[in-house]
Amino acid sequence: MKTVSMIPRSVKLPLSDDVVETLHAGDELLLTGVMYVGRDAAHKRMIETLEAGEMLPVDLKGQTIYFMGPTPARPGKIIGSAGPTSSYRMDFYSPRLMAEGLKGMIGKGMRSREVKEAMNRYKAVYLGAIGGAGALISRCIQKVEVVAYDDLGAEALRRIVVQDFPVTVVNDIYGGDIYEQGRAQFRIAAPHPAAVQ
Amino acid sequence: MREIDSKMVTETISTLLQDGCYHLSDDVIAALRQAYEREESPAARNVLAKLLENAEAATRDEIPLCQDTGMAVVFLELGQDVHMIGGDLYEAVHEGTRRAYARGYLRKSVVDKPFSARTNTRDNTPAVIHTTIVPGEKLKITALSKGFGSENMSRLAMLTPAGGRQGVIDFVVKCVDEAGANPCPPIIVGVGIGGTAEKCMLLAKQSLLRQVGEPHADSEVAELESEILKRVNDLGIGAMGYGGRITALAVHVEVFPTHIAALPVAVNLQCHSVRHREATL
Repeated sequence: MKTVSMIPRSVKLPLSDDVVETLHAGDELLLTGVMYVGRDAAHKRMIETLEAGEMLPVDLKGQTIYFMGPTPARPGKIIGSAGPTSSYRMDFYSPRLMAEGLKGMIGKGMRSREVKEAMNRYKAVYLGAIGGAGALISRCIQKVEVVAYDDLGAEALRRIVVQDFPVTVVNDIYGGDIYEQGRAQFRIAAPHPAAVQ
Repeated sequence: MREIDSKMVTETISTLLQDGCYHLSDDVIAALRQAYEREESPAARNVLAKLLENAEAATRDEIPLCQDTGMAVVFLELGQDVHMIGGDLYEAVHEGTRRAYARGYLRKSVVDKPFSARTNTRDNTPAVIHTTIVPGEKLKITALSKGFGSENMSRLAMLTPAGGRQGVIDFVVKCVDEAGANPCPPIIVGVGIGGTAEKCMLLAKQSLLRQVGEPHADSEVAELESEILKRVNDLGIGAMGYGGRITALAVHVEVFPTHIAALPVAVNLQCHSVRHREATL
């Protein structure tokens, strides 16, 4: 297994294939630059748009999508709490968006085999943000604008600018998976095989 | 007999829900600190340190701990000698929820017509309300903002009595194993054992209202809790699923008598963003 770097590496967005190729499961990164924000409803609309043969409201080539729906901003602030949501709910939509050029996804929790295969095929990575750290992540966000689907409220498609947003590479393009690797490293075998109900 | 104005219920619930979403309680902070001390995995330690930092940031910046400010679950323990005045008690609970989510800049995450239109109710109502009637002339209110990353990992099993204690342990451990990184570990594992199907799940949810790590008063149940906790932490999932020794901060079990034909077991998980508060009127 590759030695994992524990010193966060600064990475600029958008991502290129060259950069994606250097990322390995377990790497800690600090992201700086532009990314899009969308969750279930925005994904559903984007896929419906593509199926209707129409153009997406934004060009996803090289872009990263953060699966997140913030709390409302207090007066004088640009955004509220802004942590990741569970990514598996986007599994159904993600391969199609990778085919459109999407290079990065940020969320939390496990992805399906189909998504991992698509990541390998389209050279895209899945990055984990810390679930439940929405107040801390909020501090990394410098600019927010709604770019489409304003009617979806917290689920609208947003473009944000981040600085030093901490993430961990969960799935790389080589089949690496920090959830599997981490678990294998720390698992202690059960005294009895678990009975399957 | 004592009169309680339902307007007090509204104000109390609004305060409790907001407080929970902005301030991580002392028991949870202590449990996270302890996990940080014990954890061997650098990646998991990094997560735990950031979660403690997040709790400080939430208070200082006035930003909710987590963007999923949940669905409101309200437990009412109503003294049978209380007379509610000033309007419908349940409407007062919904109004308290509405106020908390508006005034507190909390995310409105509740949708109506769940299997079709999924229309946002825009004020996070309705709250889910569980009422019990108890002796006395007080009203105890417990308000929980339940996030759905962890709620979605809930499971119920109607085991056969032959499954016994080991069957219960294996089922709970399997639920946590399959949930993996999804429920935002480190988690609190709520377990209900007994009753009927719906009673069992309610027990699991109620177990989450205990102080983190406070063992059950019955030593047999407390022993079961610590055995499940060890098995769960042996899974190696760790904070955020990056691998580590601490997957759960605690396992809480509540039990209730059941039918001769059954051994119901319910699992309701709570992420580290534990947000429940109580008050007595």
